[in-house]
Amino acid sequence: MPLPKLKRSAPTAPAAPAEPDTHVEHHVHPMDAAAEAGLTVVDWLDERTALSPGIRWLLFRKVPKGINWAYTLGSATLFVFLSQAVTGVFLAMFYRPDVNGGAYESIRNINDNVFLGQFVHGMHKWGASMMVILIFMHMGRVFFFGAYKYPRELTWIIGVVLLILTMAMGFTGYLLPFDQRSLWASIVGVNINGTGPFIGPYLSDFLRGGPEFGATTLSRFYAIHMLLIPGIMAALIGFHLYLVTKLGISAPPWLKAEEPEAAIEVREV
Amino acid sequence: MPADRHKKSSKYTLDRGMPGAFEGETVTRRRFINVTAQGAGIIAVASFALPALGFAIGPIFKRQPFEWQIIGRPDDFTDETYSTKVLTIVEGIGEAGESLAYVRKRDPLIDTEPHDKYNNYIALSSRCMHLGCPVRYVQAAERFICPCHGGVYNFRGEVAGGPPVRPLDRFYTYEANDLVYIGPRYSVNSELQRFSPRDPGQPLDGIGQYVYPSRPSTPVLPPTNNLPVPPTIPS
Repeated sequence: MPLPKLKRSAPTAPAAPAEPDTHVEHHVHPMDAAAEAGLTVVDWLDERTALSPGIRWLLFRKVPKGINWAYTLGSATLFVFLSQAVTGVFLAMFYRPDVNGGAYESIRNINDNVFLGQFVHGMHKWGASMMVILIFMHMGRVFFFGAYKYPRELTWIIGVVLLILTMAMGFTGYLLPFDQRSLWASIVGVNINGTGPFIGPYLSDFLRGGPEFGATTLSRFYAIHMLLIPGIMAALIGFHLYLVTKLGISAPPWLKAEEPEAAIEVREV
Repeated sequence: MPADRHKKSSKYTLDRGMPGAFEGETVTRRRFINVTAQGAGIIAVASFALPALGFAIGPIFKRQPFEWQIIGRPDDFTDETYSTKVLTIVEGIGEAGESLAYVRKRDPLIDTEPHDKYNNYIALSSRCMHLGCPVRYVQAAERFICPCHGGVYNFRGEVAGGPPVRPLDRFYTYEANDLVYIGPRYSVNSELQRFSPRDPGQPLDGIGQYVYPSRPSTPVLPPTNNLPVPPTIPS
């Protein structure tokens, strides 16, 4: 099979420079000029990256009849993830993972002194709950619509991994304000983890960085929360979205498929 | 599919008609370069990945130090009720590294477990053996009560009700120089036999001690020949 033609056709040779026309005055509206400038930038980028077919492939695709608002829950989850990422980055600018009271003081500083700090902290805190809720609604939609079936099993499996990672984000993030509730909730959580037979005790040691809640536990949780898991999640979300685009969106179960004539084989017996 | 797809070909490149093959050569140059480059890549990745992994899981194998700590004079304790003593479990992290012990004198009438030099004083850990919340001692009921999920322990720290899976952990105690010292924590099963310290939620009866094995990171009993002395008060 011949390869598809990916190269553009050769550009036409530049025409001979026209005589400078000094008689006609050009009146270009500023808005038109701005639009022209924007197009020039986009063209410049696209000529070098050839990204526009990919973007068109991602955004302008056919969706089945009868889709409804329940199909937007995945996008909603994605946007909450983005909100968590952005607010998390800005919280990290003021947060200090210091066990000797510094962590608690830095959160109090964010809430009391930093401009809009309480708002950004609140966005991050409530967004965490919102993300879990939206994931479960998205998961329920996929489950009850049967959208996890062939050929979309891998999309479902990655989604489950993303759910577990979101839970891990919730668990590690809960310790960071380092108040009484955070400390005891984390101790209880690590001890629940420790009840796993045979490897549970060692997993607990790994999470705490030792046999007791110690000096490195908070920084461990912080590193896992802001570096390790978000990176894995971003990569998996990208793969999840690729599969959604590649495999297309499934039709709602109440919609009967219309059999094309060509698919029906007539046999004479 | 052709039938001879998996036909065994000769191991000598000369027999396979490789261009530039020579006598006795079995590995093609392409394969040799591939294996070498991939091996170099594996070594390069391992040289940072393995130390990083060791760095992350190292604390599992590092034994935490623990020294005897002074908790008072023998007169400070009775065998009828508990007094609370704060001890430092982890140095240098402030209140998060402190723990509360309930201490009383050993009462031979009720403390039927074997007597040795480390349990003249019964020191119970305040850590609930359900999931690790701090229990409090209620004198009127002579019970330890956990605020989280309703665990109840009797005067000796044995489970009297609720979800805890084993009696309250204990600390080694030692009396010398007219001082009472407290040592590391140890766990007990329902017969109050000693085990190396386990985390809450891990039962030690039956096969529990094997399902939840001891860890190399927990502190061991320090020797008693180098006990700390109280700071001298300038007169």
